Amino acid sequence: MQVNVTVDGTAHSNEAEPRQLLVQHLRETLGLTGVNVGCDTSNCGACTVHLDGRSVKSCTVLAVQADGHEVTTIHGLATDETTEDGWHPLQTAFHEEHGLQCGYCTPGMIMAAADLLAENPDPSEEEIRDGLEGNLCRCTGYVNIVRAVQAAAAAGNGDGSSVSAHQAEEVSA
Amino acid sequence: MIPASFDYVRAGSAEEAVAALVEHGDEAKVLAGGHSLIPMMRLRLAVPEVLVDITEAGLAGITDAGDHLVIGAATTHHDVATDKVIETHCGVLAHVAATIGDPQVRHRGTIGGGLAHGDSAGDLPAVLLALEGTMVVQGPGGRRTVPASEFFVDYLETAVAADELLVEVHVPKLDDSWGWDYQKFTRVAQAWATVGALALVSSNGTISDARVGLTHMGSVPIRASATEAALAGQSTDAIADAAARAADDTDPPSDLNADADFRRHLATVLSRRALEAAVG
Ligand SMILES: Cc1cc2nc3c(=O)[nH]c(=O)nc-3n(C[C@H](O)[C@H](O)[C@H](O)COP(=O)(O)OP(=O)(O)OC[C@H]3O[C@@H](n4cnc5c(N)ncnc54)[C@H](O)[C@@H]3O)c2cc1C
Ligand code: FES
Ligand code: FES
Repeated sequence: MQVNVTVDGTAHSNEAEPRQLLVQHLRETLGLTGVNVGCDTSNCGACTVHLDGRSVKSCTVLAVQADGHEVTTIHGLATDETTEDGWHPLQTAFHEEHGLQCGYCTPGMIMAAADLLAENPDPSEEEIRDGLEGNLCRCTGYVNIVRAVQAAAAAGNGDGSSVSAHQAEEVSA
Repeated sequence: MIPASFDYVRAGSAEEAVAALVEHGDEAKVLAGGHSLIPMMRLRLAVPEVLVDITEAGLAGITDAGDHLVIGAATTHHDVATDKVIETHCGVLAHVAATIGDPQVRHRGTIGGGLAHGDSAGDLPAVLLALEGTMVVQGPGGRRTVPASEFFVDYLETAVAADELLVEVHVPKLDDSWGWDYQKFTRVAQAWATVGALALVSSNGTISDARVGLTHMGSVPIRASATEAALAGQSTDAIADAAARAADDTDPPSDLNADADFRRHLATVLSRRALEAAVG
């Protein structure tokens, strides 16, 4: 079947078998290997992307279901509106707060965190932990991940506005 | 792992979906949020030949219908959890939806899928039983309604036939006399309920109606009828003794998370906590 999907702002049209998972489409058809696969059971969240602006596990969505929709991956999160240095505030914050060790969970963590901050620009620690419940990290113990999300929230002018501006654009686009 | 091959049909309406189900018979399965079905297909525990996708069949949305709310089957858990009308008139349902899985799961998974899947470990069946909600099912012959008490037939089996679609979920509006709470015991964050207890109580010091729905206490979701009977017409002081009977006549499963005896114990403790919170 033909899948027409806009990924990170670029329209793509490719053939996909109905059983192809969105994560395979992103990685294998489009070469976006920043979208990771960490499990077979829809638990780990390493494959998290935004579908029409909301975080989803791309291993649990069929590529054909994304036909006609918009996807944002870690490759396209930093846009002109959200960054001055080529990095999204969450990417900067994960770097500065040491929110990763091996880095395998990081793309999914950042995409889940971006959705969390879009909905709640100033989350408490508990709200951050709840919001990242669908993302597993086997290295950090989560403490620095929570700190990084707090730092990114603070960097968004204290109200996360830089992050939510991007999200608003994504939803309306 | 990826699923075995299948054909994909994207239905543009409930009628189109039913027509596809009639055409393909037992080989076809409805695809809603896919968050139970796709994991099962990846593990090859389900091998449907045709998937009928209803996510764009116009079945999502929440309507105020006077004394009850009408929730489209394809409404996501996230939308149920955050909708203002549900929050105002049936807060218990929003509260339970917010405990399902994690944010990503709630962005895709649907209320209809969570009920039609027929898994007694799911959180929605207990609340629909306690609310005495109604399911609207559409088939080739039109629509019919099924009360929640008749909807869950066996493990992963509901009253929805192979050529039918769950299209709407109806829940009553609750007035201020009702209090509620859901106690969900999980082994780790994001896990399914080992056991859950949903209490919905109408009282003004004296309990006029107490309903307790239990999650994961048998092959189908059930109500703790002995507990409910022991509370009707009583003062709230009766809760501890009544909750001790929450596991009466239940036949809970044993698995890696808990054996049946532990589940029975949890049912009594969680029912007591939920009832106390509901009247508190
Ligand atoms: C990591 C993870 C954690 C989870 N945690 C929880 C949890 O804590 N609590 C919980 O309750 N659930 C949990 N779930 C399951 C989740 O709630 C699912 O969304 C839900 O069980 C199924 O809904 P769905 O829309 O995804 O349905 P699908 O997966 O698309 O379908 C499930 C079944 O129902 C049938 N079906 C779906 N919609 C209809 C319809 N309208 N009419 C007829 N048949 C239909 C399908 O044919 C299929 O057999 C979890 C899932 C995952 C992946
Ligand atoms: S790879 Fe998608 S949840 Fe693990
Ligand atoms: S940094 Fe290694 S899994 Fe999270």
